[in-house]
Amino acid sequence: MNNVLTYMTFIPVAGAAIVLALPNNAKLIRWVSAAATVPPLLMAIWLFKNFDRANPGFQFIEDYTWIPSYNISYTMGIDGLSISMVLLTALLSFLCIFASFGIEKAVKGYFALFLLLDAGMMGVFCALDFFLFYVFWEVMLLPMYFLIGIWGGPRREYAAIKFFLYTLFGSVLMLLAILALYFSSDPHTFDMRIIMAQGNKFSTEVLPIWPFQQLRWGFQHVVWMALFIGFAIKIPAFPFHTWLPDAHVEAPTAISVILAGVLLKMGTYGILRTNFPMLPAATADMAYWLLGALGAWNIIYGAFCAMAQKDLKKLVAYSSVSHMGYVMLGMASFTTQGLNGAVLQMFNHGTITGMLFLLVGVIYDRAHHRDIEGFGGIAAIMPVYTGVTALAFFASMGLPGLSGFISEVLVLLGTWQKYPILTILGASGVVLTAGYLLWTIQRVYLGPPNEKYLKMPDINGREMFTLVPLGAIVIIVGVYPSVVLDLLRASLDQINQVIIPHL
Amino acid sequence: MDLKNVASLSFFYPEFILSTTILVLIILDLIASRRRGLAMIAMVGCVASLIATLDLYSAQPGYLFHRMMILDNFSLFFKVIALAAAILCIWMSLSSNEIKQVHEGEYYTLLLTCTLGMFFMASSSNLLMAYLSLELVSLTSYVLTGFLPHNRRSSEAALKYLIYGGVASGTMIYGMSWIFGMTGSLDYAAIQTALGQAAFNKAALFMAFIFILAGFGYKIVFVPFHMWSPDVYQGAPTPFTAFLSVASNAAGIAIMIRFFFPGVSRSLPSGDWAFLSGVEWPQVLLFLSMITMTVGNLCALNQRNLKRMLAYSGIAHAGYMMMGLAVLNNDGLAAILFYVVVYLIMNVGAFLVVAMIANVTGDEDIETYRGLAWRGAIVPAICMAVFLFSLTGLPPFAGFIGKFFLFSAVLKQGGAFGALALVAALNSVISLYYYAKIVKTMFLDTPNPEDKPVAVAVNDFTLLIPLTVLTIVFGVYFGPLVQYTSQSLRFFVK
Repeated sequence: MNNVLTYMTFIPVAGAAIVLALPNNAKLIRWVSAAATVPPLLMAIWLFKNFDRANPGFQFIEDYTWIPSYNISYTMGIDGLSISMVLLTALLSFLCIFASFGIEKAVKGYFALFLLLDAGMMGVFCALDFFLFYVFWEVMLLPMYFLIGIWGGPRREYAAIKFFLYTLFGSVLMLLAILALYFSSDPHTFDMRIIMAQGNKFSTEVLPIWPFQQLRWGFQHVVWMALFIGFAIKIPAFPFHTWLPDAHVEAPTAISVILAGVLLKMGTYGILRTNFPMLPAATADMAYWLLGALGAWNIIYGAFCAMAQKDLKKLVAYSSVSHMGYVMLGMASFTTQGLNGAVLQMFNHGTITGMLFLLVGVIYDRAHHRDIEGFGGIAAIMPVYTGVTALAFFASMGLPGLSGFISEVLVLLGTWQKYPILTILGASGVVLTAGYLLWTIQRVYLGPPNEKYLKMPDINGREMFTLVPLGAIVIIVGVYPSVVLDLLRASLDQINQVIIPHL
Repeated sequence: MDLKNVASLSFFYPEFILSTTILVLIILDLIASRRRGLAMIAMVGCVASLIATLDLYSAQPGYLFHRMMILDNFSLFFKVIALAAAILCIWMSLSSNEIKQVHEGEYYTLLLTCTLGMFFMASSSNLLMAYLSLELVSLTSYVLTGFLPHNRRSSEAALKYLIYGGVASGTMIYGMSWIFGMTGSLDYAAIQTALGQAAFNKAALFMAFIFILAGFGYKIVFVPFHMWSPDVYQGAPTPFTAFLSVASNAAGIAIMIRFFFPGVSRSLPSGDWAFLSGVEWPQVLLFLSMITMTVGNLCALNQRNLKRMLAYSGIAHAGYMMMGLAVLNNDGLAAILFYVVVYLIMNVGAFLVVAMIANVTGDEDIETYRGLAWRGAIVPAICMAVFLFSLTGLPPFAGFIGKFFLFSAVLKQGGAFGALALVAALNSVISLYYYAKIVKTMFLDTPNPEDKPVAVAVNDFTLLIPLTVLTIVFGVYFGPLVQYTSQSLRFFVK
């Protein structure tokens, strides 16, 4: 299959065009959109089967000239780092279409935008040309803005523009960094592979007009920082995280899943894809404070914030902040376990948090509120629902046998060798997570049933359909993590080898 | 090639066609009973002139009319821009309610005269010619701005425009007289030779340039010569505002590049331009550029009237384009030319939507746009969103590519220009806020019960859809346009 990545990216675009041309029949539009996400999913499965796990380099490469005078090309390709994200994107896009079947308002617009968003996300993970990467990165913003802004909750306008402004702020800095790298590469190119190969050449000498003498920053550090801020906003790392709870709470369920499941990963993916191999010396200098310490802080801060929430969705949103902290912490360790754990955590967080948001959506559709204190005894009313929720919560907590455990343990193992104190701080986050999740289970699901909700129907077939694949993956990866780890190992080792000489 | 008067005429036929059309319009206006045909005649004249202009690309560059004007790719490029803006303006005027109230014969005559003035601006190679052409454009613009009868805003705008214009051009001609006094010539090439030979008082030279800049700056609309623009944009008939916002700006850029680059700077083989040593010119432009974009964007944040908001956004865009001037190299100039084309498409597009909605509702207030997408105007709303996001500089729209080239020209210089690039980048974020505010009002706000459905005339789409498609196409496939603009960056230098 030639050009499989292009097909995966652009079939949803074609789907969006078809959806726009369809008559205004909600049912038809829903199924056509669902059909548009099936080919990418099948191709993702095909990629999973045919991916050469021993090859650390890029595979399934497509390379076409786009704008020759600026050396801009259309280059797509995946390695171990991106394939995990491609799989996640294909799966979550497919499932979220079904989770969106309840949308009644302007159905055509919703599904068309959703498919465009899908294409943008896939493109970000496949692009190997910096220009193309940036275009996909930004293209994703527009549908997201409208999806939150039109189909969101009561404060949707505020949440949508906040998301938009934060991300654009990060991405303009990123654009400047990309251009700086372009002009420093020789020959001038946007090809990430060539820039990576020249990673050691970029200057680290202190800049002549640099105002802060204590921080001895050179060109690499400044570019690193510009890229990092762009990505940190997406992760979201403290103090750039404040858009996330707003966006999550206001977004419709499926969009929350995509936000948490895929969009947040773009931040950490971007750091691993660009900052690490392209600016290794700066990465080695900055990692302790800006990835490790900030990651540990994210874990604890996110967990405490989650604990204080009264809104179930906001709780899950803050738990994302906390869990993405593990990814940052693991990345900063520059050990095999740490890096593999970090990327595995990205994948696991996508599936687990996806489940959590879907589950919150299920109960919100029935009760029309998400107030943690307003429920009670749901276990007696909706036993199946409660069972699935327990699975997701335990996975999120890091219970052995479920996927979250593997990645968190790998991260902590890897970090312990380098930064014992940060590891202890990070590990304490596990306790805090257990604290707020168990407390939530107690308040929402246990205890005497709330009279108001006695008649609530249990989870239905469509909702189960969206949850079961994710649940299955959580269990499979928890028992046999090599399914995913085998994909990652070679490429991550290669990335790590670039940094290690600079430590 | 240095042609005398009669020999020049054979390279002057685009202007000829335009002048003939103007005369035909004046005569027909007196005798014809059906005035609607006048617009068609004006349109035909512009198209014919456009074809003639494109035809001249094959001609050998050189001086015309005793070195008063230059024929080269650069001047042809700006003539094409002026004609394109005029054609779009006429097209918009056809269905505009505002234009129906005015005397159409005079309106189109003045519009074409203004276009003719821009032709001269783009090709003048003599300070006298530059001044005259700039005045020709200004005078016609004053009249067109105040063209709406019984409209106080329109008259007020025209008066403000006139006063600011008078001051700016007075300052400019004062600066020109200094240059003349120092070098003894009005001819660009002679000025350059003279400046290269003798040592001049650098401060005096600098002041003369600043004075001249006032005149150019007032046409391009940069701070502090921008005060007229919001009132004029708001008061003038919308199709003319669209024309003014792109063509007048482009012509100002043309005359400025012509004077400051091939006029007084020397081109180096590396693609850089060496300005007169000792005159801190790039720093002035860099500073002005930063101030212009920041003031434009900050002032736009709180505007409620769309035309006014677009006026401030135009100031900000003038600031972006000035980045390309400040770097003093061909990359920067090529980026400006590219931006001019892109800006023409997206800004006229945005004004077109404003005009369409104003035709139905009679209002340009942001309140009128509440829930526009849900009131039967989904297509204009989507097109407007495309134009606005393109103006913000988001991919995959053409505006992004324009900004991309400007940023890359600036970052390539490095050093203090890094700060300029950073300021410009942050300005893009600020601008998103007010552009997105319009998008928010159109899509995210639900219409009030008393808001009436907006039924847009279908024939407006004939212009709207192509502009939208171009905005997207040039955002994805811009290779040919890059080639065209870099070819247009060929100056005739003696």
